[in-house]
Amino acid sequence: MSIKAQRFINSIIDVIIPLLATVIALILGAFMLIAFGKNPAEAYAALISGAFGSSRALIQTTLKATPLLLVGIGICIAFRGGVTNIGGEGQIVVGALSSAAVALYVPIESRWVLIPLCFLAAIVAGGIWGGIPGILKARLGVNEILTTVMMNSIAVYLSNYLLRGPMIDPREIEMGTRASQTALLPENTFLTRLAPPTQLNTGSLLAVLLAVVVYIMMWKTTVGYRIRAVGLNPDASRYGGINVPVYQALAITLAGSLAGLAGAVEVLGVQHRVFENISASYGFNGIVAALFGNLHPLGTIPASFLFGGLMVGGNKLQRTVQVNSAFVDTLLGLVVLIVVAAKIVSVNRSKRRAKNA
Amino acid sequence: MKKSTLVLLVVSVAALMLGVFTVHADDVFRVAMVMPSKINDYSFSQSMYEALMKLGETFPEGKFELQKSEDMFNVADAREAIRDYADMGFDLVVAHGSQYGTSLQEIAPDYPETAFAWGNGTDFYGQPNITAYQARAEQGGYVLGEIAAKFTNGAKLGVCGPVESGDAKTYIDGFKVGAKKGGSEVSVTFTSSFSDVSAMAAAAEGHMDEGAVLLTGTSQSIPGAVSVVKERNGHWIGAQWDTIPLAENNVLASLVYDWTPILDDILSKMTDGVLGGSAYDLTFADGGLKIVWNTENIEIDPELIALADELAEKIVAGEIDPLAE
Amino acid sequence: MHNLLNAATLFGIVGMAIKLAMPYLYAGLGELFDQAAGVFNLGTEGIMLVGAFSSFYVVYLTGNLGLGVLVAAGTGFLMAVLMALISITFKAPQGISGIGLTMFGTGLSSLLFKTILDGTVLSVPGFPDVPVPLLSKIPYIGDAFFNHNVMVYGAYLLVPVAALVLYKTTFGLKVRAVGQNPQAADTLGVNVNLIRYCCVCAGGILSGIAGATFTLANINMFQEKMTNGTGFIAVALVYFSGWKPQGVLAGALLFSFVNAFQLRMQVLGIEIPSDIAMMLPYLLTILTLVFVKSRDKPAALAVPYERSEN
Repeated sequence: MSIKAQRFINSIIDVIIPLLATVIALILGAFMLIAFGKNPAEAYAALISGAFGSSRALIQTTLKATPLLLVGIGICIAFRGGVTNIGGEGQIVVGALSSAAVALYVPIESRWVLIPLCFLAAIVAGGIWGGIPGILKARLGVNEILTTVMMNSIAVYLSNYLLRGPMIDPREIEMGTRASQTALLPENTFLTRLAPPTQLNTGSLLAVLLAVVVYIMMWKTTVGYRIRAVGLNPDASRYGGINVPVYQALAITLAGSLAGLAGAVEVLGVQHRVFENISASYGFNGIVAALFGNLHPLGTIPASFLFGGLMVGGNKLQRTVQVNSAFVDTLLGLVVLIVVAAKIVSVNRSKRRAKNA
Repeated sequence: MKKSTLVLLVVSVAALMLGVFTVHADDVFRVAMVMPSKINDYSFSQSMYEALMKLGETFPEGKFELQKSEDMFNVADAREAIRDYADMGFDLVVAHGSQYGTSLQEIAPDYPETAFAWGNGTDFYGQPNITAYQARAEQGGYVLGEIAAKFTNGAKLGVCGPVESGDAKTYIDGFKVGAKKGGSEVSVTFTSSFSDVSAMAAAAEGHMDEGAVLLTGTSQSIPGAVSVVKERNGHWIGAQWDTIPLAENNVLASLVYDWTPILDDILSKMTDGVLGGSAYDLTFADGGLKIVWNTENIEIDPELIALADELAEKIVAGEIDPLAE
Repeated sequence: MHNLLNAATLFGIVGMAIKLAMPYLYAGLGELFDQAAGVFNLGTEGIMLVGAFSSFYVVYLTGNLGLGVLVAAGTGFLMAVLMALISITFKAPQGISGIGLTMFGTGLSSLLFKTILDGTVLSVPGFPDVPVPLLSKIPYIGDAFFNHNVMVYGAYLLVPVAALVLYKTTFGLKVRAVGQNPQAADTLGVNVNLIRYCCVCAGGILSGIAGATFTLANINMFQEKMTNGTGFIAVALVYFSGWKPQGVLAGALLFSFVNAFQLRMQVLGIEIPSDIAMMLPYLLTILTLVFVKSRDKPAALAVPYERSEN
């Protein structure tokens, strides 16, 4: 078999494995549904039609997929660089808060200046939130998984503090309802809507564009090559003269920046204000999407769409069949477990190839 | 004279029936409720769900449908649920959380045939099909604060708060003022979470270690605190919904939100073809704020109950400002 | 108002810290076994939640507390087998499989709670406090140290037991060998994967019990996600501990003490925004991870064992 054909087959298998894993998870889920006395066919029909069945469903799915994709491509960079970023939740939160702060408090009229400034603020904030664990890992060897988890909690409490104190909507105080959220952002900071009145906005395009940019960076530039080399084999990289800690710190900082940007896109594009729980598990589900996309930025595009659909459909499931939304959380967990377990198949294949060669 | 009265009567009855007919055009009155926690959270969500169930009982069998979306703490999901219910042709969509207001502002104009209600909120955003409702929790907080002080003879009291926002905060502020009037010292904690039961339990232990004998608090995480009160034989005062089932021998009383008067009004307006455009306050005045006493299991001085009624009346009459220290 | 320094308050904080440390001890010592053998198990949080729900449900049905703890250990064991299968047999990256396990356990416990019990908050009679004779009569100290329930005493007894197993038995020797140098251990005839399976399962059992302490020995009820990140902190404590049982003890106590302290500050009316106060334990954890040099990290931690074939 020619090398080209073999490569083609390999890439097909790479796609099939996660799909197969999802099918297995769905089958296990069907047994659960039967155990709870629900009709799985009916439930899955609701799930799928809720996610992809109408133009409104598709738009909703796209809106959910957007932050997933931005977090996901960041995860691709981090994981390829051999660092595990569990801190997406916190990075989204600080990104959302800082972009809202710029939108609310910086007195600039022109949206062509203001919006990039919002993005920049989010990128910096997310970068710091990812960079702290990155530097701690690089300088002191502190495990980044633990620090990112801690940084998540800190971001949530910080956000609670800001939304109830300094950044609370003055109207909420005036009316006495005191809901913890910021004021509505000025209209000139809203991202342009692509198909009004739906909420579909340019943020989704930006996410896809960035996925392509990340792909180019990771596979066509020296920086990307070094990040991947560090992830594949840190010892060989060190021997080859690459400053391993620096590239690991860089990888997780970039991941943090992208997650921060996801927060900004969610705020400027969809919500137009910040409230509690703005991260809405995108930080965790983005990991799932990236894994599903084989840690490839371009593969993460359809994967995010699929998982955005699962999240939207899951809520629809609750509304129509009255199956609790925790069912979808369970399903997502199963998908992760099966996908990572199935990795051994492709690993074994490549090993066998190496042996045969 | 007699004739005109009769005509008037006939016309109004006809109008009423017509109105009823329009609302029940497809015979079934369909209500959907979107909420941040669960229908059995012993607090905010449960209060509205039970009121809606009660509303359903006034309809003939099979003529009332109630659907719900629980755990919609994420506003984006809630927004989608609200829109979806309106899309599915529900007659009334109740968005039961302060954080949903801005979503309604956006959705309501797209569905002029659907009535929306949201709370806690005071603003119907100038929309003809939004009704805002708000619990004046500070009123109940004040009364129960003073009652708690009197019941314990001025002993220390503890407040287990979730987050410093919404009606949780106004209830607690009222409670503090009332307790002080009654001669008690109050310590307050916030766990910065609506759902962290273990932090709530630890906070309750802290209060009791420092000598508090009666605690109060709000949110769905209060079962954590109540279990501590139960274990240490203290007393508890609940808010938002009847918490007596959580600890029959320890819950002195609960402030209950009864949304029935407001819902009845919304329904009767809907029958007249008015889908919103107003704001309601749940207060002692309209009977929406109620105090449920646990006289069955705890010996409560009838004078105390009388005092509570008297305080409520004074608040209604404007003689007491529940938030004035 | 600021009487933070009076004896009753100080010992009150200590007493509460001793109780709050309980789940961290069970879960942290469990994770210690995982990591000592070279497996990084981030699924602790998920295992705890499944243990918490299952134990609660069994006690709710039967009223038998012992059975509840046993069931928590059993479900923890099952979850651990899943983790072991994926990360040892299938050699999956352990950080991610742990996150997957946590997602799965969190979802499953919520789903079961909502489907079986309709999400109703129910309480069960938990373990009662058992004062230690004589010792509990000592003023202040007695109440703080010697008036807790058996699950609390059990957590502290587990520390020397774990130390004994790890340092004074052949099994412990094998565990540490597998964690430090699996190749060498393999050459000496130690079954690397078997040892790892044993440790992950032991860790799962302890994590399940850690979950049960929430439902049976502290709050006596179940709510969704009630462990609220305890499992993640427990994993962090193992790093803090320098992979030693006494280190886990110190970390659990320190963390719980800060937590008890910040809550008590609020009770005493010391002005500090509650959100900032709640942040303190997490900040502290990061700081300790920075300043405590972990010298004895198992060299093969989080590396699946690959038997070299020739």
